[in-house]
Amino acid sequence: MTIKVDIEFVLNGRSVVASVAADLSALTLLRDQLGLTGTKLACGEGECGACTILIDGDSVNACLAYAVDLDGRDVLSIEGLRTEDVLHDIQQAFVDHGAIQCGFCTPGMIVQAKYLIDNNPKLTLDDLKRGLEGNICRCTGYKKIFDAVADAAKAGA
Amino acid sequence: MSADVKMDRGPEEYAAPTTIEEAARLVFDGEARVLAGGTDLMIQTRDGGMAYRKRLVNIRRISEMRGISKDGQTVRIGALSTLTDILNNEFLVEMAPVLRQTADQFASGQIRNAATLGGNICNASPAGDSIPALLVLDASVELAFWDGGAVATRTVALNEFFSGPGQTLKGDNELLTAVTFPLPEQRAKAQFIKSGPRPALEISIVSMAFSAVREDDTLFHVRIALGSVAPTPLRAVATEAFLEGKTLSADIIEAAKDVLMGEINPIDDVRATAWYRRHLACVYLGRLLGDDD
Repeated sequence: MTIKVDIEFVLNGRSVVASVAADLSALTLLRDQLGLTGTKLACGEGECGACTILIDGDSVNACLAYAVDLDGRDVLSIEGLRTEDVLHDIQQAFVDHGAIQCGFCTPGMIVQAKYLIDNNPKLTLDDLKRGLEGNICRCTGYKKIFDAVADAAKAGA
Repeated sequence: MSADVKMDRGPEEYAAPTTIEEAARLVFDGEARVLAGGTDLMIQTRDGGMAYRKRLVNIRRISEMRGISKDGQTVRIGALSTLTDILNNEFLVEMAPVLRQTADQFASGQIRNAATLGGNICNASPAGDSIPALLVLDASVELAFWDGGAVATRTVALNEFFSGPGQTLKGDNELLTAVTFPLPEQRAKAQFIKSGPRPALEISIVSMAFSAVREDDTLFHVRIALGSVAPTPLRAVATEAFLEGKTLSADIIEAAKDVLMGEINPIDDVRATAWYRRHLACVYLGRLLGDDD
């Protein structure tokens, strides 16, 4: 029998306790055990970035991260960006630029954009294009996505 | 078995040690799988290619396996250093820029934040992106194991470490704790190039690292290593020996390509044909020898 492990971590600013199978992915924990379905499952193998979350401030693919390894760490998922009824500036920039077609890649794009802006206050267009290499939009709406992130970066989101 | 019954193949035990000693004791019986960044382990266990063993040992909390340092004339990179750690390390950018060049072309930002150098080596893919650059730096790996009363270590040269696709000399009772290499001679120039349809997230069709001291057009301390052209990452020792002390000319470069063709052994697969890999290896060697930019 796969062992279950009790873990405790901070998720979107709140302490969470969970019992997780040792082979469970962080993505399945978020979506199926904790009901946070904003983080998307698409390729399931780290190619597309739809499941991007921040762990201790670093962006990672939740589909490749082990849930047991979240123990003691600080996790931010797309649900943690907005405060009350106010969208995060990066979310608002995506809305303003219409940087959304089917929307499936959007949560991952926004979380990765937050990571890039948090870590580089002078993010250039080239920087953000390279920084979003691990996020795929199959509607191919990259132009508006880049515009949205560039705007958010300029505003110091 | 009906389709909705999931086979339970996960580990029966889990541990997250914080010291090498604890971890060495936990893998001592050879019945543990080691978890570090998880980016390969998660996929390989999920698709059934690799089975979990009895125990999953998460080594990511072992702080003594982190850090990048210089000890005398030796550079030491803790096995848990992520590719992002390597990309951003100012000392490495200065002393071994080829590693930065390698890390910059490794997967994606998200994977670089999780994947560890030790994990990329232990995965032992013939296409492992971090390996050719480490081979031209004459790197070794440190292996630690519990010998009954204490932690013992041994060092294996990286060019002897790989025994086949996914296979290494690391025993199931051992941990890869660090990568070391001699402080590169400052006159040596090293470069890494890889190919694929797009720069990011690419399993290379061919990759090549090259290092040499160039005096006028004469080469010394030549090192050449390739990925994806043989069952393991490969040091092209015959080509190195051929080029050592030679003064570069068009004829010498063509002759070096012939030597290289004699020591690589690529295959046809979904990403490219053996013919194309041979062609590309020649192009890359020419580029690395001919273009000084």
